[in-house]
Amino acid sequence: MTEETRVAAGSTTEAVATPERPERPERTERVERGERRPGRGSPGGAGGREGGARKFFRRKKVCKFCVEKIEAINYKDVRLLQQFVAESGKIVPRRLTGVCTPHQRRLSSAIKQARNIALLPFAGRA
Amino acid sequence: MNRTYELMFIVRPDMAEEDQDKLISTLESAVTSFGGRVKSVERMGKRRLAYTVRKFQDGIYVLLTAEGSGGLMHELERRLRVSEPVIKFLTVRIDEEQKRLDKIKAIRAARRKASSTPAAAEAAGEPPAATA
Repeated sequence: MTEETRVAAGSTTEAVATPERPERPERTERVERGERRPGRGSPGGAGGREGGARKFFRRKKVCKFCVEKIEAINYKDVRLLQQFVAESGKIVPRRLTGVCTPHQRRLSSAIKQARNIALLPFAGRA
Repeated sequence: MNRTYELMFIVRPDMAEEDQDKLISTLESAVTSFGGRVKSVERMGKRRLAYTVRKFQDGIYVLLTAEGSGGLMHELERRLRVSEPVIKFLTVRIDEEQKRLDKIKAIRAARRKASSTPAAAEAAGEPPAATA
């Protein structure tokens, strides 16, 4: 019985793996041209394996800071920071907002500084 | 000796205007006595705090930008810690960040000059090529 299940598991992983491989070179081309799009690697693979019909997230989100060329992310402009903070006060992950890595790092340290000086809450409602 | 710091602190909301001025002038004199230089003092007014600090819901925000050594900030923070009306403070060092922003602005200005005047492309072509 265990052998059967192992064989079945092996075949399903193979079936999902092959459609992923030819798509990867396309994705890297698009990625190199523009900004690094988040959620490409593991969330895409996990979605394909779990969903079955859906392959990737297909999000064409771009980094807001790269597009508008905002270089300085200050802890003082609460309105800008609040866009990246959830209702509960948590920092929204990069794969949902589409921010690129260096900007996400700076944004998160700005949010933490704002929290320390009581401009943003540590924990909101939830 | 040329470090730039930004010190933001929150004062109790029930503090009088003159006491605030007294506190700020004390800090300013401390800065100059340590051989620093006050760049700006900005009063951001009364704001609602995101969470309760020492049983206060509002606070008066003050932003002080100063130039000096690390020991200067140490002394200022010590004074703020012992002073009763100040309920919170945060010091941020901004000279490195400023350097980075100026560098980016310089690159952008050079790029703009290169795109607007093709004759100056030779001179302006070197900095973007060197950095890129």
